[in-house]
Amino acid sequence: MSQAIELIRELSDAGASPKATIAKSMKETGKEAFGCFPIYVPEEIIYAAGYLPVGLWGGHPDIKRVDRYIQSFCCSIMRSNMEMGIRGDYDFLAGLVIPTYCDSMKAILANWWVAVPNAKPIPFSVIQNRASKGSLDFVLAQLATFRKAVGELRGEPVSDQAIEDAFALYEDYRAAMRAFTKAAARVPATITPTLRHLIIKAAYYIDKKVYTEKIKALNEALAAMPEERTEGPKVIVTGLLAEPESFLDLFTENGYAFMGDDLAQESRQFRTEARKEGTALERMAYRVLDQRGDTFYYEDDKSRGTMLKNMVKETGSDAVVVCMYKFCDPEEFDYPVYKKELDEAGIPILYLEIEQKMDSVESLRTRIQSFAEMLSLS
Amino acid sequence: MEEKKSSKQILNELLAKHYADAKNAKEEGKPVVWSTSIAPQELLETMDVAVVYPENHAAAIGARKDASQFIASAESEGYSYDICSYARVNDGYANILYSEAENMPKPDMLFCCSNICMTVIKWYENIAKKFDIPVIFFDTPYSGSYQVDPSNVKFVEAQLEEAVTMLEGLTGRKFDYDRLKEVMQISNETASWWKKATDLAKNKPSPMNGFDMFNYMAPIVCFRGKESGRELFKIWYEELQERVEKGLGPWNDGTEEKYRVLWDGIACWPYLGVTYKVLKKHGINVVTSMYPESFALLYEQHTLAGMAEAYDSLYVLRNVDYAIDKYLNLSRDFQLDGGIFHSNRSCKGMAFKQFEIQRQMESQLGVPSVIFDGDQTDPSVFSEAQYETRVQALVEMMEARKGARR
Ligand code: SF4
Ligand code: SF4
Repeated sequence: MSQAIELIRELSDAGASPKATIAKSMKETGKEAFGCFPIYVPEEIIYAAGYLPVGLWGGHPDIKRVDRYIQSFCCSIMRSNMEMGIRGDYDFLAGLVIPTYCDSMKAILANWWVAVPNAKPIPFSVIQNRASKGSLDFVLAQLATFRKAVGELRGEPVSDQAIEDAFALYEDYRAAMRAFTKAAARVPATITPTLRHLIIKAAYYIDKKVYTEKIKALNEALAAMPEERTEGPKVIVTGLLAEPESFLDLFTENGYAFMGDDLAQESRQFRTEARKEGTALERMAYRVLDQRGDTFYYEDDKSRGTMLKNMVKETGSDAVVVCMYKFCDPEEFDYPVYKKELDEAGIPILYLEIEQKMDSVESLRTRIQSFAEMLSLS
Repeated sequence: MEEKKSSKQILNELLAKHYADAKNAKEEGKPVVWSTSIAPQELLETMDVAVVYPENHAAAIGARKDASQFIASAESEGYSYDICSYARVNDGYANILYSEAENMPKPDMLFCCSNICMTVIKWYENIAKKFDIPVIFFDTPYSGSYQVDPSNVKFVEAQLEEAVTMLEGLTGRKFDYDRLKEVMQISNETASWWKKATDLAKNKPSPMNGFDMFNYMAPIVCFRGKESGRELFKIWYEELQERVEKGLGPWNDGTEEKYRVLWDGIACWPYLGVTYKVLKKHGINVVTSMYPESFALLYEQHTLAGMAEAYDSLYVLRNVDYAIDKYLNLSRDFQLDGGIFHSNRSCKGMAFKQFEIQRQMESQLGVPSVIFDGDQTDPSVFSEAQYETRVQALVEMMEARKGARR
């Protein structure tokens, strides 16, 4: 128990202060940091090259400079990232990758070259049609291009063996994360919504090897604890991300238990297990091709609604909480579709519009509270 | 003797026929396809499949100021106000299937090419789910470089091959590659006439009223692969050429072309009249935009590989240097006095590059410009007062520049 508490504190603190955690990780590992824009990038290659991959998921800077480049109807992650880029917050990074999951990201990539001239981002072109006979080759070609660019930056090519090792480590990490989300659902009073998020987020700032050991230890410690219940509803959370912490605190205060998530920043990163056969690069490519129910990849049967229904059923949840990230087109497009499917299945939905920088989450407090009350009556 | 029809008349007739043909096909039990605007229509034309274009359709609805009911329908399903209004209008239309403007029959298949934006990917995915129909999807990935990445082109080519198979399945007929060659030939020629016609605006004064170009955008999308389209654009070209020879400017009422500007972004369809009149009042003529090039889809090789390359080469798929070069070239070639940038709330991909493009045009060539808020179909964004003030400011900047040169 005390070990669990210790690890929870350590990891959640790490997740709560990205800057300090990155600095600490760099110092401890002696590695240079490499920035990774959302949503998914081939982190294994970056790791294999000897860098410390770190996630760049926005923040809350005062917006001053970005208005010279991007209008206000852009999502706040990209506006924040750009602001921090221009401000010099990312100058310490040895490299930076910006993928192309949406029109806003493509535009950010274009602007980055002029707005932050000393940081040359490596673009990563994302596949959307994953069902073509050309899909695998295309992803492999993108991985090869990326590998080459990272190798050039590093001054030496990234070896096959290093990629194999990094991939094995990442698969181990991902398995541990899947286990963690299950373990957390068993003890929702200990792993509150806020802590759950911070612990998962910490992985973006800590060396994966170090982090994986810790999360495995935490999983073990949690397994030794008796099962817990909270008085609030059991829910599945879906969306791009669930932040800021003050927003999650509202769930914690109202006794919500997060039984599982379909968040891009959380489970979508690790829910798909790699195939067993093939080289590390092939297995990386297949992970992309095999990811289901994810708005950031085109899918002709659009299985997200079905997936959410199944998640609710399997975890015995009462409802789905939608964290709709303002101006995120892909997420906004999915909502009407899965909403209809959840409505038809009689699954209640709590729809909340969020931004990373929310001056006040108070307006959401009542909604989160009354949703819990409503569910307790039904 | 029958009087020769003007290209305008032909255009209107062709558009009426376009929607009627789709309706007839549906009634005869033949498949109808909904397609994005710059998709490999050559394949559909080769298979003689009826096709309609939701973007054009939404624009027509917007121009009739009729978008609100469709937008409301989409929003009642949970569509956000932040989503591209073409997609919202089309989703609403998919629910209602009737408009006072034009009508598209319910689709049997979708045709989606992501070379214009990534928004269409989600949009078409949703429509496919709504109607439970298949999509032929051409994923044209972004090349983060000036030149197009060959591995992207290979990928697009593979998808074109698969599309052929899917179309054979849909129609129960064999794909005729000889016919494809013909269609490609026609498409290339139509695109060339379109380009030649829009290039005539390089003349001073321009023989073309730029808002007219907006009217010809529907036919270049709908009829690029058809002989009727080739004929239309040839006639349009000849009409404009005749005006050039006679020294005629854009307007027939004696208004002089005082300023030549680039219009960036899609038109503000619900306010087409207003946006036009304010410009004309000041003698401002729109002489170009990025559309002439985007629709001028030309391929050197008349093969699937050639097509793949052409469809994957749009400027939005390349890096910012490429886009900036294009704008600078337009500025020089069309002797621009200024630019009007439509900060289109619907079109994030285009909008989020405008500030930098404005700066580059100004700093590299001294071409001033203004930006105004609007939306291509949603009538709730545009403000006439703001637009007027911005245009007024542009006039002053352009005057100052002319003064400095004199
Ligand atoms: S719109 Fe969504 S996917 Fe695109 S950059 Fe913003 S948050 Fe990410
Ligand atoms: S308006 Fe822009 S976002 Fe909408 S479909 Fe056209 S290109 Fe895409």
